[in-house]
Amino acid sequence: MKIDWAALGTVFGVSLAATIALVGLFTLGIAGLSRHEAAGARGGSATLARTGAFACFGLCAAAVSYGIYLIVV
Amino acid sequence: MEHFTLLLAIVVVTALVFDFTNGFHDTANAMATTISTGAMKPKAAVAMSAVLNLVGAFLSVEVAKTISGGIINENGIETSVIFAALVGAILWNLLTWLLGLPSSSSHALFGGLIGAAVMSAGFSAVNGGTIVTKVLIPAVAAPLVAGIAAMLATRLTYRIGGTTRNRSTSKGYRAGQIASAGLVSLAHGTNDAQKTMGVITLALVTGGVLAPGANPPMWVIVSAGVAIALGTYLGGWRIIRTMGKGLTDLQPQQGFTAQTSAATVILASSNLGFSLSTTQSCSGAVMGAGLGRKGGVVRWSTATRMFVAWGLTLPAAGVVAAVAELLTKQGTWGVVATAALLIAGSGAIWLASRREPVDHTHVTGEQTPAGGTTGTGPAAEPEPAGVITAAIAAVSPPPAGPTSAVDGHAPELAAAGSSSHTPAPAATV
Repeated sequence: MKIDWAALGTVFGVSLAATIALVGLFTLGIAGLSRHEAAGARGGSATLARTGAFACFGLCAAAVSYGIYLIVV
Repeated sequence: MEHFTLLLAIVVVTALVFDFTNGFHDTANAMATTISTGAMKPKAAVAMSAVLNLVGAFLSVEVAKTISGGIINENGIETSVIFAALVGAILWNLLTWLLGLPSSSSHALFGGLIGAAVMSAGFSAVNGGTIVTKVLIPAVAAPLVAGIAAMLATRLTYRIGGTTRNRSTSKGYRAGQIASAGLVSLAHGTNDAQKTMGVITLALVTGGVLAPGANPPMWVIVSAGVAIALGTYLGGWRIIRTMGKGLTDLQPQQGFTAQTSAATVILASSNLGFSLSTTQSCSGAVMGAGLGRKGGVVRWSTATRMFVAWGLTLPAAGVVAAVAELLTKQGTWGVVATAALLIAGSGAIWLASRREPVDHTHVTGEQTPAGGTTGTGPAAEPEPAGVITAAIAAVSPPPAGPTSAVDGHAPELAAAGSSSHTPAPAATV
């Protein structure tokens, strides 16, 4: 009986890192968007927050595409 | 197709039935949090999951060459062993669904195969070491890995985003949840529909219809995909309720982190060579997300019941399959008797479930079933006590959500039989 601890460790590390990175990015994006929304409500604009938000969502979309790639191939 | 015997036909049908139960048993994995946080309407969620399961069944080019991953010796396996294994797996899937407990359909299939193989060929047919590495260690690891990831991610999302909610945050978390739930559904379709295709193909090979090593024929792929999609669309509302509301209370942020960590764990584990159960990863992720929020709680009594069910999956499915194999060995009448027992058992479980139907109208536990909707009969109609009700009494169903504690009176019902029924104080129906 051989337990592949290395593979289990890798799964743990990769899952942890990927989840935290993805959730972090996504939350940053949402925070950016709501800052933009708040600025809009005050009559101003927060272009930087909005651009950053879309960059974050773009990275998340790329991660989802990679996930689909992993499933298909 | 001239070799198509009665037994083979029964096995193919049974495999598709297993695929169907697998579908509605595992809808919760992808959709429970999405439904309970209100990101999608229940019906829309299961419809999307069903479509993605169907797509997933056609996507993968990798054929499930081995159905048990080396747990049992598949060379020279008899068709009746596969049949008996499926019987055990289906009955366990239905029983855990009745109790609303998420448990791994793959482990039920493994358990069935082990039990049937031991009855057929003795203990030498089973690789004990592989059971430990492929079932026991992953069963402990999956919820831990997914749970820790989800807990840390939940803490992070509350630290960055705060607890404030406005239009763009709720819209954002909704989109995020739907995307990650879609990924889980797709992965489920490729993995689990493949498993059924593998079972049917193995049965066809042992029955002499296909040459060894052949790919599944098109009708097998189509029927397996359709069966799992139909099962998914039916929706295992009981399990969805447990996962979405019973284990913990989820806010949209938590639903999103739970679903994302489940998706990453499933994809990482299946691509890095240490397969983890989808169901166990998802349950772990939900609990982790529950613990990650300040003031969040996990209902450990429900969680404990779920852990017990996980522990029982292998032996219970195995024992049923062993009995089924003993019967099928007696010849044609044994096969027919086993099939009849399977139908009777499934029917009894279904009848027992009608006593307290859970459907899409009140799966989130916030409203009681509306009068005229489909399948919401009177909830407290006593059934004569039988094997199934006794089994319910042994493992009492989990209380799920604040107002859905109607489950609580099932044991009393079972114990009291059909005569005296004292409603539990929590019963709201």
